[in-house]
Amino acid sequence: MNPDFGQNGAGIAGSLPSVSGNRRIVAGLLTVIVGSLLFVSAQPRLYKAFCEWTGLYDIDRAEKLAESSVPVRPVTLQFDANSHDNGLRFRPEAVSLVANTGEIVHVTYRVENTRDRVVIGQAVPSYGPQHAGGYVKKLDCFCFKQQTFAPREVREMPVVFVLDRRLPDDVTTVTLSYTFFEVPAGSVTSPATAAGSRT
Amino acid sequence: MPGGAAGTGWTLYPPLSVQMGMGMDMAIFAVHILGMSSIMGSINIITTILNLRAPGMTLMKMPLFCWTWLVTGFLLIASMPILAGAVTMLLTDRHFGTSFFSAAGGGDPVLFQHIFWFFGHPEVYIIALPAFGVISHVIPAFSRKHLFGYTSMVYAIAAIGLISFFVWAHHMYVTGIPLTGQLYFMYATMLIAVPTGVKVFNWATTMWRGSLSFETPMLFALGFLVLFTIGGLTGLVLAMTAVDIQVQDTYYVVAHFHYVMVAGALFSAYAGLYFWLPKWTGHMYNEGLGKLHFWLSMIFFNIAFFPQHFLGLAGMPRRIPDYSQQFADFNMISTVGAFGFGFAQLLVLVVVFQAMKGGAKASAKPWDGAHGLEWTVPSPAPYHTFEDPPAFDPTEAHA
Repeated sequence: MNPDFGQNGAGIAGSLPSVSGNRRIVAGLLTVIVGSLLFVSAQPRLYKAFCEWTGLYDIDRAEKLAESSVPVRPVTLQFDANSHDNGLRFRPEAVSLVANTGEIVHVTYRVENTRDRVVIGQAVPSYGPQHAGGYVKKLDCFCFKQQTFAPREVREMPVVFVLDRRLPDDVTTVTLSYTFFEVPAGSVTSPATAAGSRT
Repeated sequence: MPGGAAGTGWTLYPPLSVQMGMGMDMAIFAVHILGMSSIMGSINIITTILNLRAPGMTLMKMPLFCWTWLVTGFLLIASMPILAGAVTMLLTDRHFGTSFFSAAGGGDPVLFQHIFWFFGHPEVYIIALPAFGVISHVIPAFSRKHLFGYTSMVYAIAAIGLISFFVWAHHMYVTGIPLTGQLYFMYATMLIAVPTGVKVFNWATTMWRGSLSFETPMLFALGFLVLFTIGGLTGLVLAMTAVDIQVQDTYYVVAHFHYVMVAGALFSAYAGLYFWLPKWTGHMYNEGLGKLHFWLSMIFFNIAFFPQHFLGLAGMPRRIPDYSQQFADFNMISTVGAFGFGFAQLLVLVVVFQAMKGGAKASAKPWDGAHGLEWTVPSPAPYHTFEDPPAFDPTEAHA
């Protein structure tokens, strides 16, 4: 801190407060503030470097260890699509395929809006058998958010997922099924505002 | 406001604060403005204290209230930019496609908690330190003794301020920090009890063999001392990682910080209010109503918050809208206490209003044991005091 701490008080006796002294202290304090701002802006990088250096937050590690001991095996995948009375014609590009566990699978669903108006839809997934759902790890899916379809629009939408190697042995076929529900106009418009209005 | 007001609590944790509606943007804007005003206020206070003291008033002769504000000022200018940075990152995560706190984009929501509490823990002491300063004036005045251990008080304030920057993760024991980290933060947190204990010891010793009288400011100061010590003790319990993991986010924590904050900040603010009210208004306040205010506050505060220790230990979580049947009885007691405590605070409005309107004239120094330059000017203090630097009597120091 300031080296001439003790004498400041005595120094101003009978005279005007020292303006240059004020400026010096303010300059020092501004340095602290700028330092603080620099410190916080460096945090994301420092934090990452620290975690990588110490290996503290390698949350994948347990997962990797658990997975590596299970052998890869082929599984039949079936795809299913349903619409719920909303004028969306909805079907998968491929009905069935065989893929290995641990492999990244890309599939495409095709949606056609048969109505002359905008339809907002939300796809809801389900799995057969039901407990296989926990082993389907989706990296990307149109079901993550609401989809808005222009009148007569045709759209191809991706699902990208990995089947966990720890899928129980008795499951040889996994069915992914999606049902499109229409989101009524004027209701909740996005997950963001939905989260806000609940609180 | 579309999407409602910011509903994240004061901690603003992502992912909720990233997903919320525009109420959150307003909150971020407010935090920025608040931060700027805190920083500018602190620069003003620190510069005034370091540069504009009365002749002969060296730092180690300063009133303790000024010392607590000096340290608080430094805590503010060092910690507010940290919060500003954190909410700016939230803002860019929300609108500009960054993912500092989004795991999907390679960020980490726990990073926010680290940054937030690096600000948030010093913030607790920003609230508490000026309160300590008030108590250090009120207790000597009504004990008719000088403050015991002035120098150790100053060092304790500085130590508390410094250590407060190195204990942040004790708010985060359950975020998966490694054992070494848990141990470090546990011991560092317990270390704060040492300077705090020094202060409580000094206040108690100031009263030892003093000529005590129990006007309202003194009652609030004593109430502070009792409640703050209870809150400090539960704080030590919570500092223990093994215990904290059990009671994290329960009403035990709620009880703890209300004992520390209501006692620490509110009771000492009231002590200061009643202590300086004659100086501000020029009239003595209604002592009977003041004492009634204290006793109602003290009794209802304990009815409201003491049962919450039991609720927390029995496992009632905080921040939920409803609770299980078995917690109903203690919650009822707590509710009665909370309403009583709330209504009792209306008395302070009456007291302040009465003192503003009239009443017995207050002399320049209404408390015979009080020390300090403010008691050398008339009550209420005239505009433009000390245009010439006042003569400072060093024997008046350390009061």
